[in-house]
Amino acid sequence: MTNEEIKLFISAHIPAAIYEETGEFLNAIIPSEELLPIMKEMRSNRDLNFDYLFCLTCIDWKDHLMMVYHLTSKKHKHTLVIKAKITDVNDPKIETVSGIWKTAIFHEREVYDLFGVTFLNHPDLRRLFLMDDWEGWPLRKNYVDENMIEI
Amino acid sequence: MGLLGEDIVTEDGEFVINMGPQHPSTHGVLHLKIWLDGETIKRVQPHLGYIHRSIEKMSENLSYRNFIFATSRMDYLSAHINNEACALCVEKGLQIEATPRAQVIRILMAELTRLASHQLWWGCTGLDLGAVTPFFYAFREREAIMGIMEETCGARLTMNYMVPGGVMYDIHPNFQNRVKEVMKQVKDNLHEYFEILTGNVIFENRTKGVGYISAEDAISYGCTGPVARASGVSCDIRKWFPYEGYDKVQFDEILDTGGDCYARYMVRMKEMLQSVSIIEQLIDNIPEGDFQAKTKNVIKLPKGEFYQRVETARGELGVFIVSDGAASPYRIKYRSPNFSNLSAIEHMAKGAKIGDLIAIMATLDLVIPDIDR
Amino acid sequence: MDVSEKLIFPGQKHETADGGILITKLDDAINWARANSLWPLVFGTSCCAIEMMSAADAKYDWSRFGFEVARATPRQADLIIVAGTIVMKMAPVLKRLYDQMADPKYVIAMGACTISGGPFFYNTYSVVKGVDHVIPVDVYVPGCPPRPEALLHGMIALQEKIKNETYFGKKTKEAK
Ligand code: SF4
Repeated sequence: MTNEEIKLFISAHIPAAIYEETGEFLNAIIPSEELLPIMKEMRSNRDLNFDYLFCLTCIDWKDHLMMVYHLTSKKHKHTLVIKAKITDVNDPKIETVSGIWKTAIFHEREVYDLFGVTFLNHPDLRRLFLMDDWEGWPLRKNYVDENMIEI
Repeated sequence: MGLLGEDIVTEDGEFVINMGPQHPSTHGVLHLKIWLDGETIKRVQPHLGYIHRSIEKMSENLSYRNFIFATSRMDYLSAHINNEACALCVEKGLQIEATPRAQVIRILMAELTRLASHQLWWGCTGLDLGAVTPFFYAFREREAIMGIMEETCGARLTMNYMVPGGVMYDIHPNFQNRVKEVMKQVKDNLHEYFEILTGNVIFENRTKGVGYISAEDAISYGCTGPVARASGVSCDIRKWFPYEGYDKVQFDEILDTGGDCYARYMVRMKEMLQSVSIIEQLIDNIPEGDFQAKTKNVIKLPKGEFYQRVETARGELGVFIVSDGAASPYRIKYRSPNFSNLSAIEHMAKGAKIGDLIAIMATLDLVIPDIDR
Repeated sequence: MDVSEKLIFPGQKHETADGGILITKLDDAINWARANSLWPLVFGTSCCAIEMMSAADAKYDWSRFGFEVARATPRQADLIIVAGTIVMKMAPVLKRLYDQMADPKYVIAMGACTISGGPFFYNTYSVVKGVDHVIPVDVYVPGCPPRPEALLHGMIALQEKIKNETYFGKKTKEAK
């Protein structure tokens, strides 16, 4: 599918989607509540068939958090970046996609660990790298740690 | 009560043991919690973070020239290729390209690194499975390659040779001769590798049919590199998204359909030959010219997001830079190959014997600091 | 002194008509034996571990100095070579391993990370800034990573240190 067709497809499901094409890939920004149904569709639709989630991360923009999903299809060779905007920075929540792509189990735990995003219905949501009693979410921009020596 | 303050025997009579974080066959500080029924593995749960060095946070405060060094400490066996990925990503943001000479030098260095990495892996696989000799054979050639690295880059392991726009200095005058010598040595000796381990009955019994993963699962778990290729997933970034002019050299993407430890072993062994062939094609054809394109002293990327992927010795490394126009990245994310490969271990090890877990880990070729970052 | 007369074993040689006798201090004899058979614990956490492995291979060959019996369990080791960064999650494990080793025990801190946090000193939230915050260190080997020769030098320095110790009544050092 070309980028135009993918855009049409997403817009049919989520009219509120915004697109960005300045970068390398097509970016689609959607509200976080609508993530799961569209992701399911992305994976199962035969023309889209995004079977490979190669990067999952989060960006802290201070007033909101942005989940970023890099998807590609091994069969059709098209790539798409889905971004889900989480507006509630104090208690960020989003549906897990680990039921669709298993690699998301680890990646989402990493995001939980470093950004504090809660993934609803995640099978095993614990801290991944840091100790269980660690306080704060280190990759957030407002993270303070008195042990950290800054230049 | 066990180490973590939990019961050693579960209600179903399963025995819970902890492997690592200090265990010789985990190649670093990986901690696996294993549920056993007799000798059969019921469940494996990796516990990470014993070498989480906060590289991503650190990079947010470093300039675009300086953050590159930290990546050679991530996957230190593919240090060059990691550096290359970062340099390429910054170049993508600046919309420049490395000079033709630098591109060829980069490919040569990357393939030498891949070769050295696979050699170390081969030695350690032997060591893990109880054969000590491969270690010494592998290090013989590896040391020769390290010598080349030292001569040109000034360091043996963490080279920091790539800079945005090219490479840091020109190659050593001796470089071409030395590489040719070492390639001859590698080719002459590679048959020994096969003789000593590949056909060995014990080795075959320990790896064939062990740790199977299907192509579909490999994709779902995000496996890349030799792990996925051994299951028949074509995923070589050098072929699919050529960078640095990999499209101009001849090489095959090695695929296997076995999906087990033995297939992964064979894929890596054959990849070594491909790397040798790439090096031989290029070593006499290094173009003349500058080794570095002109860049500003302080690099500032335009606002935006840049993603660059490269094929390291272990799979697909992705560098994702988010820039807000300042002199250091706003956010940086490394999509490391080992991280995803490791997540498949639970799937591979289920139902295997505990001794097989060593073979599975050995053929996954894990580098733990790359997982934890 | 003629080379053939130079004693490798510490002590004094007294010639007699049919050979000779050797006089030595018990301390010297014990230390001589201890210094030349240090068994390291396999403890590599990251990049420096690869250079430690290089030191074990045929080119650098640490077995020339009696280090080749690398042990996987702390209970059989005399020496712990901390090769690689120590992070906060690992620190209790390292302490535990150190505590499990039998006295007398020694520590070599290999690499910038173990000395001060090295490249990960600034702006990191999880790195221990020097392994001497956790366990006492005998020899520091700088470098990122140190070359295998540097590690060998550090090991020989440790041997020198051991040879000058009084074995009986050796006090254990306290962590700072
Ligand atoms: S000192 Fe350098 S090479 Fe050694 S562990 Fe630290 S970062 Fe790695």
